[in-house]
Amino acid sequence: MTTLSRRDTMALGLGALAAAFVLPKVAVAATDDAIAAFTGGASVGQGGITLTAPEIAENGNTVPIEVSAPGAEAIMVLAAGNPNPDVATFNFGPLSGAQSASTRIRLAETQDVVAIARMGDGSFVEARQEVKVTIGGCGG
Amino acid sequence: MADNVKPRVRVPSSATAGEVVTIKTLISHQMESGQRKDDAGNVIPRSIINRFVAAYNGETVIDVTLEPAISTNPYFEFQAKIPESGTMTFTWYDDDGSVYEDSQEITVG
Repeated sequence: MTTLSRRDTMALGLGALAAAFVLPKVAVAATDDAIAAFTGGASVGQGGITLTAPEIAENGNTVPIEVSAPGAEAIMVLAAGNPNPDVATFNFGPLSGAQSASTRIRLAETQDVVAIARMGDGSFVEARQEVKVTIGGCGG
Repeated sequence: MADNVKPRVRVPSSATAGEVVTIKTLISHQMESGQRKDDAGNVIPRSIINRFVAAYNGETVIDVTLEPAISTNPYFEFQAKIPESGTMTFTWYDDDGSVYEDSQEITVG
């Protein structure tokens, strides 16, 4: 076991501090990239899409969510605080009865869940909801 | 192929023409995210189902792209329009190239 000098300890602390600041920015950038890839850079409006998720999820391993966007061609779901923000993309076919779907997702920590729909006319709308996670769902 | 993969689907056996019915599907699969580590600290490689398609008489109902953030035993619930009698087919595509299939008849009348 090596002993840490005061200087080493300071350096470690600063490193941890830097990591704490940098990591969320990386995650946000990854989410923005994922949104841009889906929308092709088009502006994203509000309304016309419903995201149903629990306010508090005790177990981040299986969080039930539902997305619904009448008239949508596709809905993408993102978890901004996960190591990889992509969750799922639902593409609705001609025999889709209603542009809605439910599934169960993993959330690593308390974060915003984002749903973005590509509507039939080519426009995009989004909905966000914060889910508080008691036990994270990433293992580790 | 992942072990013990068993698809389960719940589909009504009959419908009226043009009716919108609710379909529920579940497939047992560990959905290894590629984020977890084993006891020795080695990353357990990702092994998930990456795509799920439901089609009725060959026409797509829903086509889902799955990422590692989908929970173990992926569950989906969605709506399908039933224009006439036929077969609803469900297909899951595994990372390892396996394809799991199930199908269910729906009678209109």
